Amino acid sequence: MSQPTGAPEVSSLADLFAVAFQIEADAVERYEVLAAQMETHNNPDLAAIFRDLARAEAIHRDEIRRLAGDIDVVSRAREVAKWSRGESPEEVDLGAAHYMMTPRHALELALAGEQRALAFFQAAAASASDPQIKRMAEEFVEEEAEHVNLVHRLLAKYPPPSPSWSEDPDPPSSQG
Amino acid sequence: MSTAHERLACKPADYKSDIKPIWCPGCGDYHVLMSFTRAFAELGLPPEQIVVVSGIGCSSRIPAYTNCYGFHGVHGRSLALAAGLKVTRPDLTVVVASGDGDGYSIGGNHFLHACRRNVDMTYVVMDNRIYGMTKGQPSPTTEPEFDTALSPGGTGLRPFHPLVVALASGANFVARCFSGEPNETAAVLAEAIRHPGFSFVEILSPCVTFRPDERDWKSQVHQAPVGATSDPAKAARRIMTDDGFNIGILYRGDRRPYQPAVVQRHVELSELEKEFEL
Repeated sequence: MSQPTGAPEVSSLADLFAVAFQIEADAVERYEVLAAQMETHNNPDLAAIFRDLARAEAIHRDEIRRLAGDIDVVSRAREVAKWSRGESPEEVDLGAAHYMMTPRHALELALAGEQRALAFFQAAAASASDPQIKRMAEEFVEEEAEHVNLVHRLLAKYPPPSPSWSEDPDPPSSQG
Repeated sequence: MSTAHERLACKPADYKSDIKPIWCPGCGDYHVLMSFTRAFAELGLPPEQIVVVSGIGCSSRIPAYTNCYGFHGVHGRSLALAAGLKVTRPDLTVVVASGDGDGYSIGGNHFLHACRRNVDMTYVVMDNRIYGMTKGQPSPTTEPEFDTALSPGGTGLRPFHPLVVALASGANFVARCFSGEPNETAAVLAEAIRHPGFSFVEILSPCVTFRPDERDWKSQVHQAPVGATSDPAKAARRIMTDDGFNIGILYRGDRRPYQPAVVQRHVELSELEKEFEL
C-alpha cells in the first residue's frame, strides 16, 4: 500500500514518531479553530464538542511524545512532517464548517479524519521494511482503528439531522 | 541534532495573533490565514520583519490575525501604502492582502500601477466574486448572470480578468491558488515572496454565506497542466483560454524591481507635525 502523493516519507523510527506527533498536533489546532468559530457564531454546544475533540487529540499527541522517549519529535516534525499536497490526515476540512452545523456533522468530520489517519498508518506499516518501524506503525494502526470505532459509537448517539438543519429563521440577509 | 537557529525558528502558529477571526464558519479566508502563517514559517522570517497591509473587506481583516506588523488601511488603497513602506524600508517583507472588491474595483487603478511599478512586494487577492462584508453586492469578478437584489438577473457585465490585467500591466510573478489547498497555497506564497518584484497571487476563496455555490470550487480546481512561463504573452494566452480554475504559478518574469535611492535622515516628530499645522 503506498502513501498518497505529497505525504511525508517515513524512513526511520524518529520520522514515524515525528509524523504521528504532527498529525495529532495539527488535529488539535484545527479543532481549536473550529471551536473558536462556533463560540464566535453562538453555537456553544458545538464549540464544546470541538473543544472535547481537541482535548482528546492533545492526549494522543502527548502520548506519542512520551512514547518517542529521547527523540525530539517537535524539531524532527518541523523537518519531515510536511504534506506538499493535501493536508495532514486529521486536519478536518474547515471548508465544510457551517455556523448551524450539528454534533453529528462535527463527528462525521472527525470520523473522516480518523479514517484518513488509519489509512496513512496502514500504508506506512505495509511499506516499512525496517521491523521496528513496521511494529510501531502497526501499533498506530491499532490506535487509529480504536479511534474510528470510538467515533462510530459516538455517532450512533446522534441521529442524522433533519433536512432543514441549515434553515435559519433569521438568516444573513443579502442587501445586494 | 538541530541547530540553535532551527530550535528558535517560528512555527506557523507563532505568526498568529491572539485575536480570533470572525469570518463565517466555512469561509475560505481561514485557510488563507493558515497559508500565510505556513509560508512565513517556511521562509523562516521573524514576525517583526514582515508587514501585512490591507484595505477594507472580509479579507482585509487578516493583518489583525497575524503576529506581524500590520496596517489595516483605507478601502482600495493598500497597495499605495505598501509601496511607500517598501521603498522606504526595503529590508522588510511586505505582503498586501485584499479582496476582489477592494482590489479590483475601489483599488483597481492602484492595481494597474503597482504591477507597472514593480516594487518588490507580494499582493494576495482573496477572490470570492462578491462583496461579502457589505452583504452580497456584485463585484468586478462576479459572473454576468449571477442574480442579486441589486442586479436582478445578473449584471450582464463581462467579469474583470485580474491575472491577464496583471500580466499586461507588468506584474513580475502571477499565480492562482485555491484556499482549500492551504499547503499548496503556502508553497506558492513562499515562492511569490521570494521572487523579486511585484508578485500577484489570486486565491479563489469561497464566500459560503452569499455564494454557497462556491463550495463546489473544491471539485472544480485543478493543477495547471503546464508549469510557469517567463513569456507574458504565452502566459496571457494560457490564462485567457483556461477554465478559470487552473491552479499554480503561471508566470515568472525577470524585470528588475523598482527601488529608488532612499536618503535616510533622522527626523524629529515635531518636524513632521509642522507639515500638518493649519
